[in-house]
Amino acid sequence: MDILQLIVSGLANGCVYGLIALGFVLIYKATEAVNFAQGDFMMLGAFITLGFTNADHMDLPFWLSVILAIGIMGILGYLLDMIVLRRMFGQSQVAVVILTIALGFVIRFIAGLIWGHEPQSLESPLSGLELRFGGLVLGMDEVWVIIVTVALTALLYVFFARTKLGIGMQASSQNQLAAYYMGIPVKRIHSMIWALSGVVAAIAGILFASKGSIDPTAGLLGIKAFAAAVIGGFGSLPGALLGGIIVGLVEPFAARYMPAGYSQIFPYLILVVMLVVRPHGILSQIQTKKV
Amino acid sequence: MTNEHNQPLLKIDNLESYYGPIMAIRGVSLEVNEGQIVTVLGANGAGKTTLLKTISGVMDPEKGTVALSGEFIQGLAPDKVVQKGIVHVPEGREIFPILTVEDNLKMGAYTRSDKAGVAADMELVYDYFPILKERRSQEAGTLSGGQQQMLAIGRGLMAKPRIMLLDEPSLGLSPLLVKEIFSIIRRLNREQNVTMMLVEQNAKVALDVAHYGYVMELGRIVMSGEAAKLRESKDIQEFYLGAQQDTQRGQRRWKQRKTWR
Repeated sequence: MDILQLIVSGLANGCVYGLIALGFVLIYKATEAVNFAQGDFMMLGAFITLGFTNADHMDLPFWLSVILAIGIMGILGYLLDMIVLRRMFGQSQVAVVILTIALGFVIRFIAGLIWGHEPQSLESPLSGLELRFGGLVLGMDEVWVIIVTVALTALLYVFFARTKLGIGMQASSQNQLAAYYMGIPVKRIHSMIWALSGVVAAIAGILFASKGSIDPTAGLLGIKAFAAAVIGGFGSLPGALLGGIIVGLVEPFAARYMPAGYSQIFPYLILVVMLVVRPHGILSQIQTKKV
Repeated sequence: MTNEHNQPLLKIDNLESYYGPIMAIRGVSLEVNEGQIVTVLGANGAGKTTLLKTISGVMDPEKGTVALSGEFIQGLAPDKVVQKGIVHVPEGREIFPILTVEDNLKMGAYTRSDKAGVAADMELVYDYFPILKERRSQEAGTLSGGQQQMLAIGRGLMAKPRIMLLDEPSLGLSPLLVKEIFSIIRRLNREQNVTMMLVEQNAKVALDVAHYGYVMELGRIVMSGEAAKLRESKDIQEFYLGAQQDTQRGQRRWKQRKTWR
């Protein structure tokens, strides 16, 4: 029973890591840039929801706040690409990486200004409820995290495999030049990818905040999600989720069976081992071009 | 080659394009009439690919005009150029490797919204390239080089272009495959009336299939004429078709001068 509970809470954490990692991979695949502010996007999405719904802020209905936050984060991602990143088109990737790191600082600072630096919890209808099966006690919030992640994954799968826009996104990430030749509006698609990763980050943030507290530094979790993305295979969407779940599962077990303080290094230990053994990650998509 | 009332489908006037400070095409003018295959021959670095890229909007020209049925389109974004009816089948295939063959074809029709027309064109492409139908649900990166070239041409057709720009379809293919691809190109032109501008290093196959030809060197058009006439031309035979001519003394002249220099 103990182990089962550890697994469920690990899965729930892993799903959040996986969703943040998904945001990393989406942007990396499409634009070959790494958005190190992805964790801070997650935090911002959580705080926007919290700002709308919590009683001491605006006290709007929970689901309305969720929809508003997701919409705002999507628009923010789109505008960020359109106004800032498109101008850096053709610059070195290092410039983009530094820009996103700086952006992370800015978001953290702004969030602190608006909502304060104290940890707060999101007042969601899910928190506090429990599911009991015999001796097993599962937090409703954790179960919800898993359900939402599975649903979102299925939705994203259908979007990328079936819709014209989704296939177009894949096409422009696989061969940008050919996408231009086919008349696919590559720049607009880049902005839409940023919007999509903003949406995914907002969902991750809401899930994260509903099963614990959140403060402006929560975005630093992004580093762990980055490790998860590399473990799963940077550039593979299923890999990102898998990596997240691995990291999420390892943590509670390490915390339980290892001396205190060692558990935090485990995700990075896996990362190092993975880089030595299988540098492209577990589910990598490597394609060599035929001449 | 144009008569008075019938303006050419594609008319390029005095086009100049740069790669940074390097002038890659230096004032090129040419015309493509509807229903024709026009070939542009030339060696590596002559500026043929740059010319196509400038037409399709991937590169912007410094000077000059590109007109499609009289409408100026130079400097437009590539997706707008595709919507106007020019599709570019790039050199070296450039397919989408992890998408299926069918999804690759669908991407060719990205700018179109008439579903019935797209479905009909998909069948048309499968008619001309039955191997693609057989492999429709396979990832395109697993196709052979020749099949990838067929896919690239098929994907171009999916845009229902008024003119198709073909960049070196023979590149890296065996002679047999080159023959096959070019016979399909000829059939597409005759049966579907697809207008094509064909850039090639392989002058022999290109002149066999084309109606009219231009020769490009160092960014300039140096010669032009009916394909049949170009085939007969001494210079083309010597420099592009590899024919050897003996002089009166029975020796090959190594310092033969091209007539256009």
